[in-house]
Amino acid sequence: MSTMTINLKVWRQKNASTPGKLVDYRVEGVSEHMSFLEMFDHLNEQLMKKGEEPVEFDHDCREGICGSCNMVIDGQAHGPQKGTAACQLHMRHYKNEDTITVEPWRATAFPMIRDLVVDRSAFDRIQAAGGYISVNTGAAPDAHAVPVSKEDSDIAFDYAACIGCGACVAACPNASASLFTGAKVAQFARLPQGQVERERRVVRMVEQMEKEGFGDCSNYAECEAVCPMEISIQSIAEMRREYMKAIT
Amino acid sequence: MYSLLTAFQNSVGRKILTGVTGIALTGFLIVHLAGNLTLFTIDYSNADNAFNRYAHFLHELGLLLIVAEIGLLAIFLIHAYLGIAIYLRKRKSRPEAYKQFKTRGGASKQGFSSRTMIVTGILLLLFTVSHVNHFKFGPGWSGEAEYTQVVNVGGEETQIRDLSKLVGETFQDPIYVIVYVAIMILLGFHLRHGIWSALQSLGAMNKKLTPVIYAIAGILGILIAIGFLLLPILIYFTV
Repeated sequence: MSTMTINLKVWRQKNASTPGKLVDYRVEGVSEHMSFLEMFDHLNEQLMKKGEEPVEFDHDCREGICGSCNMVIDGQAHGPQKGTAACQLHMRHYKNEDTITVEPWRATAFPMIRDLVVDRSAFDRIQAAGGYISVNTGAAPDAHAVPVSKEDSDIAFDYAACIGCGACVAACPNASASLFTGAKVAQFARLPQGQVERERRVVRMVEQMEKEGFGDCSNYAECEAVCPMEISIQSIAEMRREYMKAIT
Repeated sequence: MYSLLTAFQNSVGRKILTGVTGIALTGFLIVHLAGNLTLFTIDYSNADNAFNRYAHFLHELGLLLIVAEIGLLAIFLIHAYLGIAIYLRKRKSRPEAYKQFKTRGGASKQGFSSRTMIVTGILLLLFTVSHVNHFKFGPGWSGEAEYTQVVNVGGEETQIRDLSKLVGETFQDPIYVIVYVAIMILLGFHLRHGIWSALQSLGAMNKKLTPVIYAIAGILGILIAIGFLLLPILIYFTV
């Protein structure tokens, strides 16, 4: 099996108070079957053997459902492949001697921890501000006991697919969290269980988004383009409709 | 349940207000353009023409016109303030830029028109100040005889401002024509992103309609810009 050599430019930063920089690494013996993260494992093994500090990066499930792997690859959140997280990107899309730049999510609301790892707890606080329901759902009800239209259930499900990875913020030229917040608000607004807190949910989540220091949305729709779950900016339009209903 | 005032204090409220004021300004542009279209039909040597009569009609509205003008000014200032506020917050939200940053394409609407809204917006603001100063408060505003004519309005001999004369003279200057046309092209870019963006900001959008509305908004923006920029060119070559 032939292998490739990949030239990486990786953002290295010790902590939030130390300035970071792009560092060049030459990674030899990269198999086309490796995922992008496995290529980083391979790099880190080589670094550790040399006694150097490995590159810190977030990862967990490595199958595109946990939303941990936050990497801006060649200027695009999660890399060039549509509808996938960085862990689902494979090295077969690259050629021998390609140069790849890897940077962390950059946003005031996502403070730097180390290298490619940033603190995304701002998303948890937005979720906690209103992204829940208080009704007692009890045991699993009979199917169709609560009528939900096919359209609403399909769209709510599309929004519920959000894995909270933060790519929307990373790719937005304004570092806005509107797609994340919009998906959460619109998902509950379309379901009967979400009606009790409907008004205060949208207001509180929008206010929390503001407090965290995310930017304003300018309708660039870059978030939809990079979202590994391909969530539509229709959710942002729905969040605005919800907001207008809540304040009037 | 929640007060309307909270809307000024967060990104969703700011976006809704930007959209509402933007749509109002687009509506004003369409009415303004409709008024301008009379300039295609008139004889510039005769002050008794449709354009001057329309201007006189607006002027005669008196208090109603003043209220409308104050309203328009307020809408314009709110729109400009919000645009600048959004831009400043963007700079705070990502102080350290990416070393490499590239659009993914596909669903993304990132491009020249969307990325230059602040630049085209500020240039349009400066242009509007100069434009109002030049035409509205220009020669004839204080009743200078050279730019005033007596015309029969509704059976009465009335002194009206010869605004078409000022328009005709202004666009004899090639520099004015070039600057005006250039600014109108920028207006086209501003509207190309602005019109669809306002609709998205007001929540008037769904996944299936987005491509259609995006296309129609673009065509509308370009038509408005072309309507405004043809006029100085035509005057330069024919009057």
